[in-house]
Amino acid sequence: MSGADIFALLPLLIVCAGSVLLLLLIALRRDHRLTALLTGTTLLLALASLVWVAPLLPRAATPLLFLDGYSQFFMLLILLCALLLLPFCYHYLEDQAERAEEFYLLLLLTTLGGQVLVTASHLASLVLGLELMSLALVVMVAYPYQDSYSRALEAAIKYLILSGAASATLLFGAALIYMHSGSLALDSAMTGATGAATPLLLTGILLLLAGVAFKLSLVPFHLWTPDVYQGAPLCTTAVLATLAKAAVAAVLLRLLLLSGWTRYEVLFPALAAIAVASMLAGNLLALLQENLKRLLAFSAIAHFGYLLVILLALQAGSPAPAATESWAFYLCAYLASTLAAFAVLLRLSVQQERVQLDQLRGLFWRRPALAAVMAAAMISLAGIPMSVGFIGKFYIVTLAVEETLWLLLLVVVMASAIGLFFYLRVVLIMSRSPVSAAPGYPRTAAINWLSRLAIGSLGLLIVGLGLYPAPLIELLQML
Amino acid sequence: MLMLLILILFGGGGLAWAAESLRPGSARWVALGAVVLDLLLLAPFIGLSDSKDISIGITHGWLAFEQYPWIPRFGISLLLALDGLSLMLLLLTTLLGVIAVAASWQEISSRAGFYYFNLLWSLAGVVGVFLALDLFLFFFFWEVMLIPMYFLIAIWGHEARRYAALKFVIFTQASGLLMLISIVALALQHAGQSGRISFSYFDLLGSGSRSPWELWLMLGFFIAFVIKLPAFPFHTWLPDAHTQAPTAGSIILAGVLLKTGAYGLLRILVPLFPESLHYFAPWGMTLGVIGIIYTAMMAFAQSDLKRLIAYTSVSHMGFILLGIYAWNPLSLQGAVLQMITHGLSAAALFMLAGAIQHRIHTREMPQMGGLWTLAPRLGAVTLFFALASLGLPGLGNFVAEFLVLVGAFQVSWPFTLVATLGLVLSAVYALILMQKAFHGEPRHQRALLDLDRRETVAMAVMMLGLLWLGLLPQGALDMAARPLLQLGELVALPLDSIAGGAR
Repeated sequence: MSGADIFALLPLLIVCAGSVLLLLLIALRRDHRLTALLTGTTLLLALASLVWVAPLLPRAATPLLFLDGYSQFFMLLILLCALLLLPFCYHYLEDQAERAEEFYLLLLLTTLGGQVLVTASHLASLVLGLELMSLALVVMVAYPYQDSYSRALEAAIKYLILSGAASATLLFGAALIYMHSGSLALDSAMTGATGAATPLLLTGILLLLAGVAFKLSLVPFHLWTPDVYQGAPLCTTAVLATLAKAAVAAVLLRLLLLSGWTRYEVLFPALAAIAVASMLAGNLLALLQENLKRLLAFSAIAHFGYLLVILLALQAGSPAPAATESWAFYLCAYLASTLAAFAVLLRLSVQQERVQLDQLRGLFWRRPALAAVMAAAMISLAGIPMSVGFIGKFYIVTLAVEETLWLLLLVVVMASAIGLFFYLRVVLIMSRSPVSAAPGYPRTAAINWLSRLAIGSLGLLIVGLGLYPAPLIELLQML
Repeated sequence: MLMLLILILFGGGGLAWAAESLRPGSARWVALGAVVLDLLLLAPFIGLSDSKDISIGITHGWLAFEQYPWIPRFGISLLLALDGLSLMLLLLTTLLGVIAVAASWQEISSRAGFYYFNLLWSLAGVVGVFLALDLFLFFFFWEVMLIPMYFLIAIWGHEARRYAALKFVIFTQASGLLMLISIVALALQHAGQSGRISFSYFDLLGSGSRSPWELWLMLGFFIAFVIKLPAFPFHTWLPDAHTQAPTAGSIILAGVLLKTGAYGLLRILVPLFPESLHYFAPWGMTLGVIGIIYTAMMAFAQSDLKRLIAYTSVSHMGFILLGIYAWNPLSLQGAVLQMITHGLSAAALFMLAGAIQHRIHTREMPQMGGLWTLAPRLGAVTLFFALASLGLPGLGNFVAEFLVLVGAFQVSWPFTLVATLGLVLSAVYALILMQKAFHGEPRHQRALLDLDRRETVAMAVMMLGLLWLGLLPQGALDMAARPLLQLGELVALPLDSIAGGAR
């Protein structure tokens, strides 16, 4: 490993250093504000370092980590997610937790896990990143600790056990692949000498994909999602829904592209079944939800079902650059919309968590700016034009039509139509007459300004990219 | 310039919302100003219909044309073009926009800013649909029309408003997605054949008929347009939506939104799938004719005044469907004219129904009766529009329906025979409407406010419009003549020569 390699790893190293510093800080002096500031600085430095290391790419910094445009972009997304959620989490924890400093440590560790995931070029680093992220998230779900039974504790145990089982499945799959091919590196060596699919290899692939599908909340590995989303504190749910999913999605595409498993036609029915089931189950189950966290959980299930259509198109013959572009764009759209929705919920949850649908009632009249951003987020998630979510859906439809995946398209149409019900219902409820007094405004002025900026930019991003996506598309075409 | 028409309405909507919070009661003035401004901006084009003749690709007869780059990666641009057909429909749209604002003047007091925002944004979407000639942009505006209308119905509507609004959105959105699939398929086919992806109308002319999946792609478009039209059996959203919508919502829905379906058939479906006229025309005409008769009978059976008028809307739109698929110069002219005259008469009838509901707080005809003696002006005006609706000669609807029937007769007399029965049925429901609501013993003893000045002026404008179209329709027919001729030529060309197009 040369000096340049180590320098290229700077984004990850900065976050590492930040976590260590945070550990020391928490041990020496508990100060919520300082901790949050340190976290913010770390994330900003990491973002800046992405620019500094750009000239050195692409490069395999270690046998386990490969840095190129793709990993840069997703690291950017992950760091931005964490950074944008920071002011909201600060306010939320300030009001609702006595001790909140460890949250930032866990956030940084999750981010680090995500970064390792998106730069992974070896099954070992994939598992490493995945486990780092998952364990940090498990603790985040239960945090802050309470002596008696709490929903959060139950959710954390659920997540721990199920996540452990999923990781075990993933490792087993990896072991079977190793048995077949003798290599754990994510490249063509993974398919072994002949490249033919033996039952051993295929079982390994399916088990590996099952583990990944668990993290992405795909049917039938989705059962943890609504309960964990609901039980966890709102700031954790936000991280789970955005950061964690984006990192795993990034590595999934990388895995399939580098290993070349998409040429095994046997995988197609399996992936198609998962995609169809996720799209339909996600949208159907969300119809009756009154709790917005659960609604967004099912929305995530559905959206990753849509995302899988890109994989199916890839398998049917789509060129890799087109698939990568669509994948990245759809993830951007999903992240922007979900982040915006959670940001609004976090901002409303002063003194107590406000996530019931009827607590949003009349929001257009009480807090018009927040309601507008929530409306934009819902419209984007529904895939209605004038939002970035629509362009994402358009990408999926284009890829699917190109590969003539007509049945899948039909399911996408049906699922989108079902989705309209509950997304528009949220917007409608926000426009009804308010029955209760507005929740109070957060007190701290400076970070208050920051969270306003974050919400405003998210809202503008959703609508702006929906009307003029060309800049983002040009950026993604370079990946 | 064309972009400005759309932007004024979008901007006006935002301004109205903001203005209302600053000064209550100002939103409606801003809305009125925006729509009137649009109408004035369109006025110069009326004179140009004869002189200007821009050619784009293999088509000609355009009055204005604009193109801006948008998403180059997919070959999508902001392509806007105006010809006589779109001009007629745009004039109708802006005029009915003014009428709609006038109708909501007193009726809407709560959250008026948001109301006018939605009204103007819906109108902006419609103007965009009539101007857009990039298929992606067309789809974009098609969807943009929907959501503001959803809010108009769901927030300011009547008892069953949420159900009606949701049904409306689900029907239209789902069919819109089917249309999107067809659009993308055509664009990708073009990309495969010419090496360059494009969503431009001029590049995709005739491409549908060169596709192996012509029938399915055509159905994708057809279902979307026919749900909007609406045609039997996809019309079930309309009675609920029209009945539950606030007055201005009904005016825009019936007067303008339905016409986008017909416009889509004429402008998009037939030129992109010229061969479909051969094998699909009988089906189209059948659906049109069934629609005419069935919904006329349903109208007769209604007790809710607005629901009756809603069913009559479907019935009249059946004539348009018949006229388009007959594909005869006369029937096409009749179809286009019917779009305008039905727009005017349906808008007026809904405004009157809204006026009645505002006064006696019910739409049930059994609870009305003898309204003529209580509000004679209201009665007389309703009689005028009821007679227009049934096709009284001298008023626009007669000319339109007559042209459709004459044209259709030249193509297929059985269809025409059944459709003519529709004229009898329309007389039945129109007269039933008058008899139940206005004649007989007054049920309400208290006095009713007759039409006030604002309402009378709005009615007068529409009455003049219908009279002009009924007595001197040639002017309107001339405006649409060149585009229709162009369409006829396009369809008659051999398939291979309709290829390529503008930039």
